Amino acid sequence: MGNEAQPQDVTASVDFQEVQQTERFKTLRKRHRSFVFPMAVAFLLWYFAYVLLADYAVGFMSIKVWGNINVGLILGLLQFVTTFGITAWYVSYSNRKLDPIAAGIRHEIEGHQFDKDGNVIRGAAK
Amino acid sequence: MNTNHISTLVPAVNVAALKDTTLLNMGIFALFVAVTMVIVFRASRNNKTAADYYAAGRSFTGSQNGTAIAGDYLSAASFLGITGAIAINGYDGFLYSIGFLVAWLVALLLVAELLRNTGKFTMADVLSFRLRQRPVRIAAALSTLAVCFFYLLAQMAGAGSLISLLLGISDWGGQALVIIVVGALMIMYVLIGGMKGTTWVQIIKAILLIAGAAVMTAWVLAIYGFNLSNLLGSAAEAANNPAVLNPGLQYGKTETSKLDFMSLGLALVLGTAALPHVLMRFYTVPTAKEARKSVVWSIWLIGLFYLFTLVLGYGAAALVGADTIKSAPGGVNSAAPLLAFHLGGPLLLGFISAVAFATILAVVAGLTITAAASFAHDIYANVISKGKADATTEVKVARRTVVVIGILAILGGIFANGQNVAFLVALAFAVAASANLPTIVYSLFWRRFTTQGAVWSMYGGLASAILLITFSPVVSGAKTSMIQGANFAFFPLSNPGIVSIPLAFLLGWLGTVLDKRLEDPAKQAEMEVRSLTGIGAEKAVDH
Repeated sequence: MGNEAQPQDVTASVDFQEVQQTERFKTLRKRHRSFVFPMAVAFLLWYFAYVLLADYAVGFMSIKVWGNINVGLILGLLQFVTTFGITAWYVSYSNRKLDPIAAGIRHEIEGHQFDKDGNVIRGAAK
Repeated sequence: MNTNHISTLVPAVNVAALKDTTLLNMGIFALFVAVTMVIVFRASRNNKTAADYYAAGRSFTGSQNGTAIAGDYLSAASFLGITGAIAINGYDGFLYSIGFLVAWLVALLLVAELLRNTGKFTMADVLSFRLRQRPVRIAAALSTLAVCFFYLLAQMAGAGSLISLLLGISDWGGQALVIIVVGALMIMYVLIGGMKGTTWVQIIKAILLIAGAAVMTAWVLAIYGFNLSNLLGSAAEAANNPAVLNPGLQYGKTETSKLDFMSLGLALVLGTAALPHVLMRFYTVPTAKEARKSVVWSIWLIGLFYLFTLVLGYGAAALVGADTIKSAPGGVNSAAPLLAFHLGGPLLLGFISAVAFATILAVVAGLTITAAASFAHDIYANVISKGKADATTEVKVARRTVVVIGILAILGGIFANGQNVAFLVALAFAVAASANLPTIVYSLFWRRFTTQGAVWSMYGGLASAILLITFSPVVSGAKTSMIQGANFAFFPLSNPGIVSIPLAFLLGWLGTVLDKRLEDPAKQAEMEVRSLTGIGAEKAVDH
């Protein structure tokens, strides 16, 4: 498949279990999970709280706040606001906390694989 | 206020007058087809490898792919269906769009980048990465084909009613002819352009759709002095029912319908990130970072669009009126076109109608290439020929599959025309959320997960979703059922998600803890490291 075989060759000799045990990788995994898991739980809870309110608290949702704009509409529009907000937050978090480590690990490993003389110095990759 | 002035304008929407614009509608649509065909031909010149055909050479940027995702996702059901639902049922229509949008956070946080880093062309690539190839790949391919089939059938059947509304063709033969034309065009796009051509069709369609909706939104808001409260008041007055501004008009009728809405909400929010045609789009960009950018773009575009539909829906209720909409050919779906006619006359109607056609075309093309890729790459190349087929043969098989699926879609569209198949879209989301999402999440995040867990979860989710819907009121036992006069329904909800999704998660866990075989820890390590760092991820194709 042309140049598609290339990436497989690159990773063929990498000991991924060794990489998995490095402190650097553990930090990356911890930073990723400690952001995405709580955030996923939070937005799902907030979404289902909203759905439950719309389903079972019609009276509350129908309270008019400003002109014809009621609580339900405000909470609904807030769902848009939080979705946009979490998106922007995640992007800035990834740019600052995840991408540099991921790029570091990737360059070290791939860099050594591409060593011209073919000597893979695995110890130095840590 | 200006409500009096507006109520005198309402009869100005004359449904009969819509037919006079048929030629104009067709002309604008033909222009769209001509322009996109030229682009598809130009894009196809570089289609050489399998990565070119399935993944557009991984050469799209995040913003291009994000726009294409919006084009793929904002189907006719989103545009016509949600605008109509808000126009008729008020607030409850808006609830839909929120679920459709919030769902993208699942894709952003948990799926997109990790999937881009570990897969190649299809969803099954990721699911079978560290498990036993054959059983997992077959299960993933079957669920991909099932979701694509349900979604495709719903789109093609919807095309029939859209034609009767937009082109004024009401006889069965005429509609069948138009369905054949739409299907044949779609086959040409996918056959010639592959993923690159399909993506460009989706990008152009998304821009036209969002621009058209933006113009109409600004227009409606301008009528009400850019005061949302005035618009809402006028919609409530036109409906003669202040409850259109509150939740509950559609889903609040009974305890069952409330539960049904919970079930739908669950399927929407968890299904989106597991739709195979959405997942496949993440392979068209060069890196995981671009995949992230794609989701960010699509969240902004889709969010913006759903905000527009809120204004358009209430605008249609206020300016056109629910009764006029319901009595028009196409019923609820006619709200957006009627509003366009009311605002901008035949020209705007023609534009919006052409966009609606382009929407069906683009969504169907995206589904077809996904199903063809899954068949050729998962079933043919990896299972039937056990990985021995070369890429050229694989792409050849994919192209033939496109023709077969296209013909099936045309036949399905003709015979399902006029049938009540709206539930198929909900079913597609429920199947995606139950058969695909648990295995995606487990295999990305749960070290211990095994082949048996994946197989139990995927088949369990697929079977329970389809069985529950078969024995639900959407198929039999109610006035609006697909099969009239029969009653074998025992499941009260029209959406199976609330049962099938937790069941599939449970089966995945149970299958794993009961599995005596352990998976290769080296493969698990490889998948985890690759998913987070992008080591060895598929690169863009150089030309």
